Amino acid sequence: MSNDVADRVKKIVVEHLGVEESKVVNSASFIDDLGADSLDTVELVMAFEEEFGCEIPDDAAEKIVTVQNAVDFISENV
Amino acid sequence: MRRVVITGLGMVSPLGSGVDHIWSRLINGESGINKIEGFEISDLPSQIAGQVPAGETSEGLFNVEEFVPAKDRRKLDPFIVFGMAAAQQAIEDSGWEPPNEESQFRTGVMIGSGIGGLQAIANGALILEEKGPRKLSPFFIPSALINLVSGQVSIKYGYKGPNHAVVTACSTGAHAIGDAARLIMLDDADVMIAGGAEAAVCRLGIAGFCASRALSSGYNDAPEKGSRPWDQGRDGFVMGEGAGAVVLEELEHAKARGATIYGEVVGYGLSGDAYHITAPPSDGNGGFRAMSAALKRAGISASDVNYINAHGTSTPLGDEIEFGAVKRLFGGNDNLCMSSTKSAIGHLLGAAGAVEAIFSIKAIQEGVVPPTLNLENPSEECRGINLVPLEAQERKIDIALSNSFGFGGTNASLVLKAFR
Repeated sequence: MSNDVADRVKKIVVEHLGVEESKVVNSASFIDDLGADSLDTVELVMAFEEEFGCEIPDDAAEKIVTVQNAVDFISENV
Repeated sequence: MRRVVITGLGMVSPLGSGVDHIWSRLINGESGINKIEGFEISDLPSQIAGQVPAGETSEGLFNVEEFVPAKDRRKLDPFIVFGMAAAQQAIEDSGWEPPNEESQFRTGVMIGSGIGGLQAIANGALILEEKGPRKLSPFFIPSALINLVSGQVSIKYGYKGPNHAVVTACSTGAHAIGDAARLIMLDDADVMIAGGAEAAVCRLGIAGFCASRALSSGYNDAPEKGSRPWDQGRDGFVMGEGAGAVVLEELEHAKARGATIYGEVVGYGLSGDAYHITAPPSDGNGGFRAMSAALKRAGISASDVNYINAHGTSTPLGDEIEFGAVKRLFGGNDNLCMSSTKSAIGHLLGAAGAVEAIFSIKAIQEGVVPPTLNLENPSEECRGINLVPLEAQERKIDIALSNSFGFGGTNASLVLKAFR
């Protein structure tokens, strides 16, 4: 399950940020490692919501700063 | 006053991408007007437009990949993409790269739009209505704002000088070039990227202009015949999309780096009609005063002008009124010719003035005047000036004037001169 979630999260990150797949490791920070800005991270969270059919509240979204954070949140809440 | 010359040209239009390719098709008498593709048109009175043709750059078509990476395109309305593409072409053509921070401070951008991100706004409104505010992209607003062409170009190239954007409907492109030239003349900058961009060929844009009864509706089955300035069969303008951008540069700055100089911006005149939101006064006094002011600023007389690139949109009223104003001001100038390149590409609204200033510069450079397509039977009131019907003409052009008039009664005229 979580492997599947991780793959889908990474695919979205690659598409939205236009970064190489190899850089999208679990520990990667969207802003510090993958070149995202604050608006990109808002859009990423929206893309996760769309992909996984869930709603990520703003206070939870603020804590999603790495690939692993996203995988964890989705695995626990979807 | 410091002198301002043009050292770079860039264009995306219904005749393709790249000034040289577009120019050769224009001179060939080709039309970029077709049946509209990409959205539902069956219930629209006007079903033709000039849309930018996508494809390979080597074939003169518009390849968006060369200008904006895929990941950024979602964040940009098409008018910003067109504007960035025209700016990139002009900047590469000019060879200008600020060598240090001081040069960055002295390089600015002024690329406007008549309407801005209409497609983004239309789509955003639908998302809000159908899915609610949480589904609206964080890039919605910056994808639609008119000054974001100037913003994006400045960010991409590190231009830290004046950053500005004109919004004067169909006069935008001309005002942008004129105002940017003044910033250089007044020593606020040494280099300005100036022009206009528009992408209003969408369902909302066509329906809106149809509602104000401005568009041609009688040529849906013969699109290339629809734009016919001064012709008896004209019945409204044809929408176009695209962008034009020029690199303006202080003369000594351009000389010092050995830049190619295409021509000089010698005159610029502005006026307001104070008359009606969409119609010009019947005596065309607003256009007359804009042209007069541009000649005065250039320090030349009406008899010195060889070519006018007219506003000439192919509307029943506007064409005759502009013609009358030109005849009053330039009567007795036997060397004068005037054409409307909107006959080939349609009306690019906020981009029109920039695109047409570039065509005027090319006419000066190449010694060829682009034709007014479809001018088969000029109106009775539009006789006595060489309107370059149907085919291009070889003529020596030293001074060209380009007219742009916009909704709201806003008029701009540019005077461009050969730099020999």
